[in-house]
Amino acid sequence: MPTDTLRPRSAPGVGGPYDDGPRSPRTVRLITAGRVLARSGAALSWVAVIVGALATIVPFLWMLGVAFRTNSDLYADPARLIPKHWTLHGVHAVVSQLPFGRLVVNTFVFAGGTTLLLLLFDSMTAFALARLKFRGSNVVFLLILATLMVPFQVTLVPVFLTLFHLGWLNSYQGLIVPRATSALGIFLLRQFFMQLPRELDDAARIDGANDFTLFWRIILPNAKPVLASLFIIQFAALWNDFLWPLVVTNNVDMQTLPAALTLFSSQSGVDHAALMAGAAISLSPLAVAFLVLQRWFVQSVATTGIK
Amino acid sequence: MSSTPLAPGRPRTRRPHGPRPSHRPRRPRFNSAYLFILPSVLLIGVFIAEPIVQSGWMSLHDWTVGESHHKFVGLDNYTALYHDHRFWNALRVTVVYTAAVTAGQVLLGLAIASRLRRTTWYTALLRTAYFFPFIASLVVSGIVWKFLLDPQVGLVDAWLSKAGVTPPDWLQSTSLALPTVIAVGIWKNVGFTMIVLLASMQQIPPDLYEAAALDGAGPWQRFRHVTLPALRPALLFTTLIATVTGLQLFDLVFSMTSGGPIFHTESVVMYLYQKGFVEFRMGYASAVAWVLFVVILAVSALQLRLSRYRDAD
Repeated sequence: MPTDTLRPRSAPGVGGPYDDGPRSPRTVRLITAGRVLARSGAALSWVAVIVGALATIVPFLWMLGVAFRTNSDLYADPARLIPKHWTLHGVHAVVSQLPFGRLVVNTFVFAGGTTLLLLLFDSMTAFALARLKFRGSNVVFLLILATLMVPFQVTLVPVFLTLFHLGWLNSYQGLIVPRATSALGIFLLRQFFMQLPRELDDAARIDGANDFTLFWRIILPNAKPVLASLFIIQFAALWNDFLWPLVVTNNVDMQTLPAALTLFSSQSGVDHAALMAGAAISLSPLAVAFLVLQRWFVQSVATTGIK
Repeated sequence: MSSTPLAPGRPRTRRPHGPRPSHRPRRPRFNSAYLFILPSVLLIGVFIAEPIVQSGWMSLHDWTVGESHHKFVGLDNYTALYHDHRFWNALRVTVVYTAAVTAGQVLLGLAIASRLRRTTWYTALLRTAYFFPFIASLVVSGIVWKFLLDPQVGLVDAWLSKAGVTPPDWLQSTSLALPTVIAVGIWKNVGFTMIVLLASMQQIPPDLYEAAALDGAGPWQRFRHVTLPALRPALLFTTLIATVTGLQLFDLVFSMTSGGPIFHTESVVMYLYQKGFVEFRMGYASAVAWVLFVVILAVSALQLRLSRYRDAD
C-alpha cells in the first residue's frame, strides 16, 4: 500500500515536529477538489487504521469470551463476542484435563531460570571482552559472532542427542542449561559496556577493587537499564518458545505451556472453553506485564530488536 | 585497554627504563578474565559450536536412531534431498511465506507508523493495540486463529454468514491455507515493524521537514526524500529480521494447520522436525538443517548487498 495515500495533502506551512507535512494554517484554507479528495483520503486512512487495530484486539477478546462461556452457548451463537452466561467451566476443565499448575511452574522455571543464568553468564563474558585484557579475546569474540549467524535449528539434532546421552531429556537442566547463554546477549552487552567511561574502572581500582568487585559493584549497577531490557526480551522469548521445549520434553509433566497447549489443541473433540482458558492463562503474565510496563517493552524491542 | 596499568597484584613500582626485566613476579599472575568467560564459552562450545560441526558431520551419514552403526554416505543425503519433492514443496512454502510476510509486515508497518506518528492519547492507544499480538506467542496466536476460522464455532465465519457471505474453507482449502497463514503471520508481526520504525522516525530532526517545505517539497516529496532515507537502516533491519524469522517458520503452521492440508503449509523446519524427531532419521534431518542455514545466509547476504547498492545511488 503506497503510504502517500495515507497522509493528508496539505499546503506547506508550520507543523508539528513528528509529522511529515507541516499543516496549513486555518486562515489560508482553500476549498479545492484536490483538498476534498485529500481530506476524504485522510479520513479513509484513519478508518483503515482503526479497523486494523480492532482486528488485532478482537481475537483476544473472543478468546477471553470463549474461555468463560459454555460450549453449548458457543455452538448456539458463535457470532457473539461476549458470553451470555458466564461460567468458570473452561478454567476447571483445563485444570482437570492437563496438569495445568505444573505446566505454569515449568514455564516459569524454564523462562525465569534460563533468563537469569543467561544474564549472568552473558554479562560476565561481555565484561571480560569489553573491559579486561586477555590473550585470545579476539578469537573468543569472533567465535561468538560466528555462532550468531547459524540458525538454532542446525544445532537441534546434535544437542538432542547430547541431552539424551546425559539423561537430561524431560528435565529442568535439559531445558535450561543449553540455552543459558546467548551470543546476541553477549554482543549487545559488550557494546553497552564499551560505552561506559574508563574512569569508572580506574577509580575503582585505585580504591582497591579487583576484577570481581569491579564487575559486581560498578559495571553491573551501571548496566541496569540494558539488563532490564534484555530480561524482558529473553523472558518473553523463552516463555513463548515452542520448538525447543517440544524437542527436549515429551512427558506432559515436564512440558511448558506452548507445547502442551498445542498438543492439547490438536486432540479431536477438544473442549474449546478449556483450550481458550489455557491460552488466555498462558498469555496473561506477559500481557499484564506489557500493559503495566509498556514503555519498557517498547523500548526493549526498539533497542535490541529481538523477539 | 587502560585497566591493566592499575591491575591488582602487579607491583606498582616504576620500572627502570631499558629492556623489560627478565624476572617475572614470583607467583605467575592468574588472569581472572578467563573465569569470567568460562561459563559462556563452555556452554557455547558444548551446545552451539560443537553441535554445528557435529550436525555437518551427521549430515554425511545414514544416522538413524536405534541403529548401532551409522554408515558414512558422503553427500547422499543431499542428493536425496535434491530429488525429494516433499522437501522442495516445504522450501517453496517457506519462501513464499517469508516473502509475503516480510513485504506485508514492512509495508503495512511503515504505513501504520506514518499514520500514528504524532503522539496523542488515541495514537498511543492504537499503537498498543497493534503491538499487542507481538507479545503473544505464535502458538497462542495460531490456536486462537485456528478456532476463529473454525467453520462451526469460529467468529469469522459466523460474522461472514451474518453478512450474507458464504465463508470459504480457510485452513482446509489447498489454495487458501497458505495465504491465511501468511495473513496471520503479518497480523502477528506488523506491530514490531511499526515500533522499530516509529522509534527511528522520532530521531529525524524536524528542521529537515521545515527546510524541505521551504524548498517547496510536498508531502509525498518530504516522505520520499526526508523520511525514507532516514528510515533506511531501520527498514533494512526489520526486513532482515522478518526474513530470517520467516525462513525459520514452525510454530505458527504447527499450531494452525500441522502442515496440512496435504503438505500445503509444511515449512522446512516442520519437515526437519518430522524427519529428525518423528522418524528419527537424524542424518537426513541434519542435511535439511544445513540447507536451511545456507538459504538463510544467502538471502541475508543478498539483502545486505542490495541495500548497499541502493546506498550508492
